[in-house]
Amino acid sequence: MTTTTPRPSPASARHPAKPLPLPSGSEWTEDAIARYNDELARVAALYKLDTYPVQIEIITAEQMMDAYASVGMPVNYHHWSFGKHFLATEKGYKRGQMGLAYEIVINSNPCIAYLMEENTLTMQGLVIAHAAYGHNSFFKGNYLFRTWTNADAIIDYLVFARHYITQCEERHGEEEVELLLDSCHALMNLGVDRYKRPPKLSLAKEKLRQQEREEYLQSQVNDLWRTLPAHDVRGGSRAEPRFPPEPEENLLYFIEKNAPLLEPWQREVVRIVRKIAQYFFPQRQTQVMNEGWATFWHYTLLNHLYDEGLLADSFMLEFLQSHTNVVYQPPYNSRWFSGINPYALGFAMWRDIRRICEEPDDEDRRWFPEIAGSDWLETFDFAMRNFKDESFVAQYLSPKVMRDFRMFAVLDDDRDDKLEVSAIHDDSGFRKVRDILSDQYNLGGREPNVQVWNVDLHGDRSLTLRHTPYLRRPLATTADEVLRHVARLWGFTVRLESVGEDGTVQLQNEVRGERRKQGVFP
Amino acid sequence: MVRIIDRRFDSKNKSAVNRQRFMRRFKQQIRKAVSEAIHGRSIRDLDNGEQISIPARDLSEPSLQHGKGGIWEQIFPGNDQFSAGDRIKRPLGGDGQGSGKGKASNEGEHEDDFVFQLSREEFLDLFFEDLELPRLIRTQLAKVTDYKTQRAGFKSDGTPANINIIRSMRGALGRRLALGSPYSARIRSLQQELDEALARYGEDSEEVRALREELAVLRAKVERIPFIDSFDLRYNNRIKVPRPTTQAVMFCVMDVSGSMDEERKAMAKRFFMLLYLFLTRTYEHIEVVFIRHHTVAKEVDEDEFFHSRESGGTVVSSALVLMRDILHQRYANGQWNIYGAQASDGDNWDNDSPICGRLLGNEILPWCQYFAYVEITAGDPQNLWREYAKLEGAHDNFAMQRIESPTDIYPVFRELFKKTIA
Repeated sequence: MTTTTPRPSPASARHPAKPLPLPSGSEWTEDAIARYNDELARVAALYKLDTYPVQIEIITAEQMMDAYASVGMPVNYHHWSFGKHFLATEKGYKRGQMGLAYEIVINSNPCIAYLMEENTLTMQGLVIAHAAYGHNSFFKGNYLFRTWTNADAIIDYLVFARHYITQCEERHGEEEVELLLDSCHALMNLGVDRYKRPPKLSLAKEKLRQQEREEYLQSQVNDLWRTLPAHDVRGGSRAEPRFPPEPEENLLYFIEKNAPLLEPWQREVVRIVRKIAQYFFPQRQTQVMNEGWATFWHYTLLNHLYDEGLLADSFMLEFLQSHTNVVYQPPYNSRWFSGINPYALGFAMWRDIRRICEEPDDEDRRWFPEIAGSDWLETFDFAMRNFKDESFVAQYLSPKVMRDFRMFAVLDDDRDDKLEVSAIHDDSGFRKVRDILSDQYNLGGREPNVQVWNVDLHGDRSLTLRHTPYLRRPLATTADEVLRHVARLWGFTVRLESVGEDGTVQLQNEVRGERRKQGVFP
Repeated sequence: MVRIIDRRFDSKNKSAVNRQRFMRRFKQQIRKAVSEAIHGRSIRDLDNGEQISIPARDLSEPSLQHGKGGIWEQIFPGNDQFSAGDRIKRPLGGDGQGSGKGKASNEGEHEDDFVFQLSREEFLDLFFEDLELPRLIRTQLAKVTDYKTQRAGFKSDGTPANINIIRSMRGALGRRLALGSPYSARIRSLQQELDEALARYGEDSEEVRALREELAVLRAKVERIPFIDSFDLRYNNRIKVPRPTTQAVMFCVMDVSGSMDEERKAMAKRFFMLLYLFLTRTYEHIEVVFIRHHTVAKEVDEDEFFHSRESGGTVVSSALVLMRDILHQRYANGQWNIYGAQASDGDNWDNDSPICGRLLGNEILPWCQYFAYVEITAGDPQNLWREYAKLEGAHDNFAMQRIESPTDIYPVFRELFKKTIA
């Protein structure tokens, strides 16, 4: 067909002939799943959802727990921490304390959606709409995922990583690799480039270049540390240039490139952990958007099919019940409250954007002049592609959603003996509430800002990290242990400094360590 | 087009490796938890797996996080009473509100112990780690009496019942090919000549007749190669290999005289159960003989052994005599590994103890793989102990230990069966 698709609305998209309703009942079959998928794909195309090809995989509960344990990926290297997560999940599941997710979706091309065999047919339909069309289109469109992840290569890269680490275990012993991985995992959150754009991953290139890199890197490092430091007795009157010249936020990167005593294979392992951390980086920043988007689309697509007469009432009832559970937001004083539910907030915001586009009122025109009354599909596409949680909330959180959620802001200052309600959902408070909520999703506020400040090149080779507190928030006590891991990777003394409110720098902690002999990894 | 893949029958236990690594890494903690768990368990469910809990701090995966303090300004939903500027008392944790941290910890078990289930095998492995059955290998090799036959390739003679048809026919085919090939090559070239001669000279010529005769001779030779010959035959080879005995009998001998109260009997029972479990890990089939005694000994079933109440004086030798007789009647054919365990409070009739020592030393220990004596008493060693102590040096398959309280049982058991470094 060459004609443009008309703007979809249930009425105009109705089939000319009376369509065959989709299978109903609770038992699923592969044919039924394929039919649901076909219909959902057709409707998704009407709404111009751009997706990777879909690959649906049916798995058992045990396989779902496996996937949970290896952070949702179908392949991963072996590590005890995954075993620990598996045991924890298994225990919770077997005792009925927790249910498993109905699906896991992997940001890869083709997009892999895992469906659990225990799901009813309704749940399978819901899950396909949610994961295979909602999440899938988000993965393909959102700028963070486009920049930071490479869906074509991730599975291959994981295969490479697992293979490489297995090889290392054979060569250097499981325990040694395990200790190295422990240290890398501790720094995983600090192994991300937040501002630089990463190069694309590719299995072929990785393999090809890995060996060269090993040799090249090693020669670089050796050069850097070739001579033993000559102790300068004249004292520190001369201002030494710092190394690195600019603070480095990506600790794992810095260690991979500069840690003096790591062997080539150890650098490669650090790199693998860093790459995987980078891959998960966008997911941490788009939870509200991504889950809201997927929830919005399963809701919209399935309602569309229902309006076409393809879905049975029984299907809709079961679907709606499950949907309602997902988007429930318990109030702050409920015993079920555990923060703002990203599904609820995201779903409400996307629905609200559609409402603003289609039926704006005066308030909306005042707050959102640029989107009130616009084509909602275009607005959606723009919003999905170009925002993350922080900016999405700052841009699109409307007074109506704030009122519906009855949001209020609480200021907790440890120098004040009482909490203060700083703003509520009223005219004078909307902007403030929105700012605070946006800031809540700001990664800089959520995670401590610790960067590599200096290496004492001419002295004891010690590494200095600097923590710049955000709103005076201190580091948790786990920092000491993390610092020991840094010291293990670095091989020499590691210090952690903290910048005070007045700009003074204070030493927080120091782990002394010196490893003379190369190849002995404590 | 969508691809639907059914992965349900794919490899299971993908996480098994990770689970093993976890177990290996925290072996110390798990072992400690196992030995603690033993005290809290009744004997009967020693056969199950075990819930193991490890302090969560031992297996934390640290990462840099914000601690409490500083300024936190957060949004909460569901306002039902507040207006801007309200001042609220700081809640003492809980209830979510103002708890200081932005997100709820995703590891809900932060301070609690990490609890997980060990399978029965894993549990017993840890439970009996570093223990071994003494003298196991030596006696097995010395006393082999049972054989089993197993296949061991092929041989060229044997009984017709063992003919291996595939091997034989394969050999015959090879022989036919080898013997026939010179003739076949000749036949092919003659045939070619014959065709040429036919074309050149016609049917009735001399050359053609000669060629035909030669061909007929060669064909007859090929025909005469036998289809199968006696030296083609191959027979399945079966050999006898000695089979280590995989069955064991365990004699439980317990004193039920008046001086053995319920508590002591319970301790003895625990000891027997441990031994039984331990043996099940080595032997496929185990029989247990229960002998109880006061002044007279009696073979009883398990229930009666532990639960029936009888009492009286003590003549230990009666039990040993009975054990000897049963041993000779039922288990003396060399196919049994014989283990004995005797539990008593050691309070024997004085004149009887030397008899016991002789019986055990001369008539029972030579048959036994291992005989363990535990004396359950809080006081000084009794006369039986002193008598048995003389045996300990002379027989290395005899061991004795004292149990004073239930917590001693496992250490004593470990002591009796600890691995000896040869």
